[in-house]
Amino acid sequence: MDTDEVLAVRDLHTEIDSPHGLVRAVDGVSFSLRKGRTLAVVGESGCGKTMTALSIVGLLRHSNARTTSGEVLFGGRNLLALDRRELEDIRGRDIAMIFQDPMTSLNPVKTVGDQITETLRRHSKLGRREARARSVELLAEVGIARPAERSGAFPHEFSGGMRQRVMIAIAISCNPQILIADEPTTALDVTVQARILNLLHRLREQHGMGLMLITHDMGIVADVADEALVMYAGQVVEQAGVDELFDHPEHPYTSALLAASPSLAGGEARGDRLAAIGGMPPSLIHPPSGCRFAPRCPYAQHPDGCADGPVPLAELRPGHLVRTRHPASLLTAEGAR
Amino acid sequence: MTEPGAAASPLLEVRGLRKYFRARGRGVEERLIKAVDDVSLSVSAGETVALVGESGSGKSTTAYCILRLENVTGGSVFFQGQDITHLSARSLRPVRRDMNVIFQDPVASLNPRMTIGDIVTEPLAVHGIGDPASRRARMRELLDRVGLGPGTAARKAHELSGGQGQRVGIARALALEPKLIVCDEPVSSLDVSIQAQILNLLKDIQQESGVAYLFITHDLAVVRWISHRIEVMRSGRIVESGPTARVCEEPREEYTKALLAAAPVPDPRAMRQRRADREDLLAAHEPTG
Repeated sequence: MDTDEVLAVRDLHTEIDSPHGLVRAVDGVSFSLRKGRTLAVVGESGCGKTMTALSIVGLLRHSNARTTSGEVLFGGRNLLALDRRELEDIRGRDIAMIFQDPMTSLNPVKTVGDQITETLRRHSKLGRREARARSVELLAEVGIARPAERSGAFPHEFSGGMRQRVMIAIAISCNPQILIADEPTTALDVTVQARILNLLHRLREQHGMGLMLITHDMGIVADVADEALVMYAGQVVEQAGVDELFDHPEHPYTSALLAASPSLAGGEARGDRLAAIGGMPPSLIHPPSGCRFAPRCPYAQHPDGCADGPVPLAELRPGHLVRTRHPASLLTAEGAR
Repeated sequence: MTEPGAAASPLLEVRGLRKYFRARGRGVEERLIKAVDDVSLSVSAGETVALVGESGSGKSTTAYCILRLENVTGGSVFFQGQDITHLSARSLRPVRRDMNVIFQDPVASLNPRMTIGDIVTEPLAVHGIGDPASRRARMRELLDRVGLGPGTAARKAHELSGGQGQRVGIARALALEPKLIVCDEPVSSLDVSIQAQILNLLKDIQQESGVAYLFITHDLAVVRWISHRIEVMRSGRIVESGPTARVCEEPREEYTKALLAAAPVPDPRAMRQRRADREDLLAAHEPTG
């Protein structure tokens, strides 16, 4: 096993009960997270990226969803096999998580200082006084001005960006080995988003954390990730280092996602159309039996069995995995012939 | 396509617009919030003008004042040469035929009790256009124009996806063949692949019908693609305006530069290069609150 590996997810399956049937939200997801590295999980609504994160940290108990198989290996233990108490010890201390909307994650009737102190006291041996001093240091570390004074303030007295900084302070308070950030900047303005991403980038380097960043924005992937995992309809469809992924996207869906976003560089003339992806993602109650992207794929009309059965995730080049019968490099080679 | 803006008088002209709110609260001294403070802009026929800014910049309030969904504190709004700033609800009616709106949350902006067919037909009925049969025919035409099948007419808003909901919003806005549509963050809540479909649709409609858009957004990449001109707003004021390419390539104001530097682009090498510059630009714009 890779010595830098801090988390290994193997063949994770998570299902949700719905009035219409069983939703296969996460369908055989595997990946590793490395120390001091950022893995971006990117995809559109309903692709299973958030469900993957919630399955890892075991936050699906008492909901209509459950992880049915797979392994989440952390420090030699399978987190899926732990009982509630064991998992609670790990969560918050070794694996921390921040969410899109910081206001709903913070307790509105407690000061932010108290909320950081609470986490510190729960997971460390610090006394009340030391925990309080440490919480002020943490607020300073995440860039909150006048931290001693501000630690006595309530969440509603902070702006959205400042609340997310407080969430990050709580998350890093116990020096976690892993930070999972689920769309941490989606609700924020662009200039605030850039500051939060800069902060996450710096903290990851300083603390040597493995950062798993969930996003729908390819720009954010390019900004902070070392490696990226593209998800579609509950499955990983492509995985590669970021430079490789953006230079040589292999899956038609990845290429389509990149082409669908308007560019700030203004490559297109104003008369041009954006390369929209037709249709919508498939139902995860009755997913297509073959390739899940086939109904929207521009290359699937070939009589080559796209609909004939599951397409495996294959390693096309070292470290570059893709789940399609039509990788871009093959299409180029065919075109050249 | 001929370049819009050549016509003598603009379709929409806003002069020195002001909108102040009184903020009061327990233990807080009453104070005046200048949400929109001396904003002037114009939109010509067939043109797309983007009003860009972050939350609290006053861009949506400006739009609501133009639509007369908010009463204005000062300044004036001219539409097709007519001063509409203080028109009564009755006198506004004909104006509303020519000026329409698309909202950010497509499904929430549709009446959940009405069928999609009735939602799209309603503006025609309200303005007394045609008879029920011709209105139904027009409704089917509109649904087809925005890429929705005839089966959609019998459905309700909650049965639609976000992208379909926004198509209905566009069909409703088009029903009266307006000259101007105010688009308030029309694609912000949509997934990238669906966002591209809706942006293409908006551009196609403009090319066919010559409708003008006042496009409210925070997303500079979208603005770059869809607009002819940009007005950058901050704290209730317009801080920079100009043709899209000029503003994006040679921004003059520090704030515009910071906005552009903050926008993530799907290019890892460019992002790494920008990281250092970005720290400096953002530091210069650290919020005080």
